[in-house]
Amino acid sequence: MIETHVIVRKKQLSPEVFEIEVKAARIAEQRKPGQFIMLSMDVDLGERIPLTIADADTAKGTITLIYQRVGQGTRLLAQLGEGDAIPVLVGPLGTPTHIEKVGAVVGVGGGIGAAPLFPIMEGMKKAGNRVVTILGARTKELIFWEDKFRAISDEVIVCTDDGGYGRKALVTEPLKELCAREPKPALAVAIGPAIMMKFCAEATRPFGVHTLVSLNAIMVDGTGMCGGCRVMVGGKVKFVCVDGPEFDGHLVDFDGLMKRQAAYKTQERAALDHACNLDKMAAEKKAEG
Amino acid sequence: MSHATKEELGAAASVELNKVLASGKALTPKERLALPAQEMPAQPPEVRVRNIQEVALGYTPEQARVEAMRCLQCKTKPCVAGCPVQIDIPGFVGAIADADYARAIGIIKRDSLLPAVCGRVCPQEEQCQAPCTVGKSLKSLDKAVAIGRLERFVADWERDGGKMQPPAVKPATGRKVAVIGSGPASLTVAADVRREGHEVTIFEAFHKFGGVMVYGIPEFRLPKKIVEVEVDVLRKMGVQLVPNFVIGRTRTLKELMEKDGFDAVFIGTGAGLPKFMNIEGENLVGVFSANEYLTRANLMKAYLRGVAATPISQSKVVAVLGGGNVAMDAARTALRLGAEKVYVVYRRTEKEMPARVEEVAHAKEEGVIFQFLTNSKRIIGDEAGRVTGIECVRFQLGEPDKSGRPRPVEIPGSEYMMEVDTVIVAIGNDSNPLIKQTTPELDTTKWGNIIVNEDCATSIPGVYAGGDIVLGAATVILAMGQGRRAAAAINKQLCGGGAG
Repeated sequence: MIETHVIVRKKQLSPEVFEIEVKAARIAEQRKPGQFIMLSMDVDLGERIPLTIADADTAKGTITLIYQRVGQGTRLLAQLGEGDAIPVLVGPLGTPTHIEKVGAVVGVGGGIGAAPLFPIMEGMKKAGNRVVTILGARTKELIFWEDKFRAISDEVIVCTDDGGYGRKALVTEPLKELCAREPKPALAVAIGPAIMMKFCAEATRPFGVHTLVSLNAIMVDGTGMCGGCRVMVGGKVKFVCVDGPEFDGHLVDFDGLMKRQAAYKTQERAALDHACNLDKMAAEKKAEG
Repeated sequence: MSHATKEELGAAASVELNKVLASGKALTPKERLALPAQEMPAQPPEVRVRNIQEVALGYTPEQARVEAMRCLQCKTKPCVAGCPVQIDIPGFVGAIADADYARAIGIIKRDSLLPAVCGRVCPQEEQCQAPCTVGKSLKSLDKAVAIGRLERFVADWERDGGKMQPPAVKPATGRKVAVIGSGPASLTVAADVRREGHEVTIFEAFHKFGGVMVYGIPEFRLPKKIVEVEVDVLRKMGVQLVPNFVIGRTRTLKELMEKDGFDAVFIGTGAGLPKFMNIEGENLVGVFSANEYLTRANLMKAYLRGVAATPISQSKVVAVLGGGNVAMDAARTALRLGAEKVYVVYRRTEKEMPARVEEVAHAKEEGVIFQFLTNSKRIIGDEAGRVTGIECVRFQLGEPDKSGRPRPVEIPGSEYMMEVDTVIVAIGNDSNPLIKQTTPELDTTKWGNIIVNEDCATSIPGVYAGGDIVLGAATVILAMGQGRRAAAAINKQLCGGGAG
């Protein structure tokens, strides 16, 4: 029953963002929109990092993950190529998205947040909803999967901060416009950086449009055991890993979440600098040898 | 404690042993009571607080024999009644006195599968050693025969001497049993069921096996190597061990039985959802559940700074809230990770603390500062949301409550501030909801603990449960005891051919 999680396909989407398809038959079979996996690059010394499942292929027995090279774990992951195996991979974790026919659904994917958004919007479309997707990023290079979203959406709106592609706007602008339109959407799903989700929730609040957000918190195990991922939702403590990762965006304490997300910033920075120095040394050695 | 070295303690024991052996006569009860109780050799506090190696170093053979000779071999055997799994204690202690260590370990293993673990972490002072006749005669619980240390001694003798033999496995029956989790209850079930020739698969959510013994109990109290050896024995017996597999997510319990063809399932998932106090400031950066703090430190090896990838707070002043063994583990771990000051804040007095006496003594020796009759009121943080202090309030003891312990009553106006940068909440766990959520027909209490009968059978035929998921927070030995009962029931079900 032990499966080796080999990377069967790898694609670099932008300088720091990668898409990988990984062998994980059981996870592919079980996963539902909104769920995530935990992975680690070393059984003894690795850090466990959560990544949302962006897509799955039950016939091939694979799942698709999209990640941004930010910390030590994702840096090591980016060094793996097709044919290499991820040493630790567990899932699917988290409570799946509640998918039903509600009418019209607006999805907002900010940056890498487009990855977890995809299976949710796909599910919403299959359930018979009218689906509008807003994709936002700083620049054109950081927009990905536009074609995949077009295939499952009735309408796709692309925004970039610099206006190099699509509209020059923040995602909250089209979101507000859609909420103001009649009939207004029954549901908004916003996934991206915490600050973006916070402003999306603020954008929909005056319109009374129910808004789901998918939170990314620091966690160790991903199964409820550590409580490191706790966040206040409607004045109650919730664990992102088992109660979430999706919550009512109008009830989430985003400021608290962002403070907790920054808990290890200095240490992570130090670890990265440390690792970069090692890389440099290795490169120098190579050059010498 | 004197902190004599292991060599000194061993040499003193040799002298005593030689005296006894030279006399050539059997000891009288009076002579036995006169033998000196053997102190456990330990790393000196100032040394051990800077490393993560085991604190207690284990008896020398001479010490073990002298300690074993203190046993009166009394007919009433109150120690056996005090043991949750009824080990023949006078039997194995007598064998150690005779230097027949192989016989001693054989006797223990009839009833306990994890002696190296239990010898280290069992609360013997509340179990086998509490009613010991020697302790009673000498009017001191501390003078009871050190049964736990002797158990550890023979278990280590067997393991370190490479004498461990995997138990014999009967011919294959073709029946399949799934064991969920790999803590003490699960390991026991796996071994007992596998012995009868059934196929056994252990599913563990983490990437390492051993449950609380690897994520919770620190290295300095229970070296991981010992757990690894126990897990290895199961592997040699042909038990399949599957890591990174979450029942309730990767597979549901139902699928295990219906799709994967398991004839019986044992749930030993432990107590896995940390409780918080619901006080102001609990979500500040620098507030941890003991589970998180210990998991980062132990399982993820955060003590290897710069080597392990998992970070942990570099704390200066730490407050641990709670008074159990987990609180002691967290406090002592914080010291080893470099904290300058560590406080344990506990609502009642030292007498009511649930932690083992030995753990409290060790913590004190290492410099942990205890604030009894004190409770936290709120945690205070700075603008970045990081902990800067904790407001505490003093208590006094009042009338006894339902548990018979005097109820702590808040002293009005006694609030005061403590400057700390880390707070570790060690007030227990609720049960993990994953299996319950995905198995609605499983009966649980309102706290989420699985309800079982005397055979550890649940409300679903063929499904058994034991350990902390049933008992709430308990001990390794109680978990093991339940594992044995569940295994016996599973074996009976499978051999009888019924579906339970």
